Amino acid sequence: MKVTFPHMGHLWLVLKAALTGIGLEVVVPPPCTRRTLELGVRHAPESACLPLKVNLGNYLEAKELGADTIVMAGGVGPCRIGYYSQVQREILRDLGCAYEMVVFEPPDVHFNEVWDKIKYLNRRPWQDGVHGVVMAWLKACAVDALEQEVQRLRPREAQTGLADAVFRRALQELDAAGSRKEVNRVVKEIKGELAALPLKPDVRVIRVGIVGEIYTVLEPLVNLDIEKRLGALGVEVVRGLFLSRWINDNLFKGLLPLPGHHPEKTAPPFLNHFVGGHGWESVGDTVTFARRGCDGVIQLAPLTCMPEIVAHSVMPAVQQATGIPVMTIYLDEQTGEAGLQTRLEAFVDMLRRQKGVRAG
Amino acid sequence: MTSIYLGIDVGSVSTNVIALDIDGNLLASVYLRTRGQPIPAIQEGLREIRATLGREVTVAGVGTTGSGRGLAAVMTGADVVKNEITAHAVAASQVVPGVQTVLEIGGQDSKIIILRQGVVTDFAMNTVCAAGTGSFLDQQAARLGIPIENFGRLALGAKNPVRIAGRCAVFAESDMIHKQQQGHPLDDIVAGLCEALVRNYLNNVGKGKEILPPVVFQGGVAANAGMRQAFSRALGTEVIVPEHYGVMGAYGAALLAREARPKTSAFRGFELTERDFRTGGFECRGCANHCEVVELREGKEVLARWGDRCGKWSNAVAV
Ligand code: SF4
Repeated sequence: MKVTFPHMGHLWLVLKAALTGIGLEVVVPPPCTRRTLELGVRHAPESACLPLKVNLGNYLEAKELGADTIVMAGGVGPCRIGYYSQVQREILRDLGCAYEMVVFEPPDVHFNEVWDKIKYLNRRPWQDGVHGVVMAWLKACAVDALEQEVQRLRPREAQTGLADAVFRRALQELDAAGSRKEVNRVVKEIKGELAALPLKPDVRVIRVGIVGEIYTVLEPLVNLDIEKRLGALGVEVVRGLFLSRWINDNLFKGLLPLPGHHPEKTAPPFLNHFVGGHGWESVGDTVTFARRGCDGVIQLAPLTCMPEIVAHSVMPAVQQATGIPVMTIYLDEQTGEAGLQTRLEAFVDMLRRQKGVRAG
Repeated sequence: MTSIYLGIDVGSVSTNVIALDIDGNLLASVYLRTRGQPIPAIQEGLREIRATLGREVTVAGVGTTGSGRGLAAVMTGADVVKNEITAHAVAASQVVPGVQTVLEIGGQDSKIIILRQGVVTDFAMNTVCAAGTGSFLDQQAARLGIPIENFGRLALGAKNPVRIAGRCAVFAESDMIHKQQQGHPLDDIVAGLCEALVRNYLNNVGKGKEILPPVVFQGGVAANAGMRQAFSRALGTEVIVPEHYGVMGAYGAALLAREARPKTSAFRGFELTERDFRTGGFECRGCANHCEVVELREGKEVLARWGDRCGKWSNAVAV
């Protein structure tokens, strides 16, 4: 059995550690590129949202490397993600692309099923499997810690791109790390390297929070590298969505002492209810970012994403109540780079001028 | 010897170049079609500016804007590179101090800018429908055999504007043909078309924004009297069209260059109109992205590169 899974930002690193930990041979799909997107777009229904298309591209590219089993998440509730696995299964079958699919439904609803599936996949004594899960978790935390450091450095580094180059190497080293000790060593070394990067003498950095649907927030291919673009414009990006936090909130049910999302506390009175996907969190995080003194918020969503449309529709009220400017960007395969760049520049310009006025 | 500030706005449809004196007064302005060839358009624009002003000018600063702002900046040696939103907002506030809403409709795209206390607080650009309002009006005028200059004025005489489906240009066109076949008078149809386009703009671009006066209407489409009337009816307020409504982007860019007051401008000299610039491109095969990399060359030297997702090429030339 050669398992693969869809890409979502740096998720591959974490999943690879977990799956190899239970003794499976893993085929990481080639990094998301234009080709991935084109393959997906060609075979998916046009009106499907972007994640479905890119995932499909991942599966087709992984097939070329010999993968035969897909592990992916399902879902319940008012968002189409729950339906993806079924649609993708049918499309792959129509294409004559033979794959077995193991779909994990949310554990709080289908706990026994999850258990059965893990038993089915597991190839090793349980202690090894536990070790794999622990490694995956440590790597997720390491990636997130380093990435936050990079987000802080991007607007401040003297030469654009250096922090990212170090981070790219960090990902490879973390991938290769086989023990807690090695993970810690990598984190320490990379942090040291990042701290030694030359900085611009006097930067006036502004802070922008990113909220939105998890896939568009975490996958640089579909958001056209928005965080790097913003960094180059002198913006420190903060976001609420990180893999480690997501795993903690959704899989460990918030057992670990990490800051979690608490939309039930932050989103009302603007939005009082779960609306699927990350719509509730988008509103809640916007409120949080406003309280923490961010200068603006950018909401990202795939075109036609229902939960984010609901969130979008209450953003004017959030903006009015908290005073934080919010810009919503819908992404699909036709999003042009020039248009996105103009919007980002204009938004950043606007925030800078406002800040100048407030300060002056 | 006069000192001037240059503003260059390179869009996909038009390229505008203007010159301001040091007090910010407009000395000369040129409007050209880009025709997919921004380089000769920029060169021609500068040539005409110099021809108008005579040889005795020194350039104190250059600002560029528009989708071709990067290219224009590298070519001319700009001191300020700003996006269209900021440039248009700055220009409108210069002409109408205290402006709170800017409606901007050009050939290919349209935007709305909301200002409060002189600061841009919100903006939106058209996203979904690719058919530009300006181009669409041009087409319809041509189809009806009316010179575009008279097209808008025709709407002013309308008694009963026809209701035309304005959801998108394709619907609007077929609905218009249908109304024509039903025998509605031409002026009613043209007026109806303007109203439909305004409705469309307000619903798609201006959606959810608080439109407060003073309202400034600029961009090529502001020339159209029918559109002006339809806007002021729909908004229930006067819409102000500035004198240089068609070159406000370039005007804003020049004002921003003036605001920046560079000690010495990076301008590369009017001789650049005679230099041999060329853009070329190639497809990078470094990874499956297969980026279309565009290069700007002067003679043999590569001045700048764009279009790579990973920075492999653009970072290789120090700009
Ligand atoms: S420029 Fe970079 S991202 Fe684009 S194809 Fe070449 S290597 Fe890939």
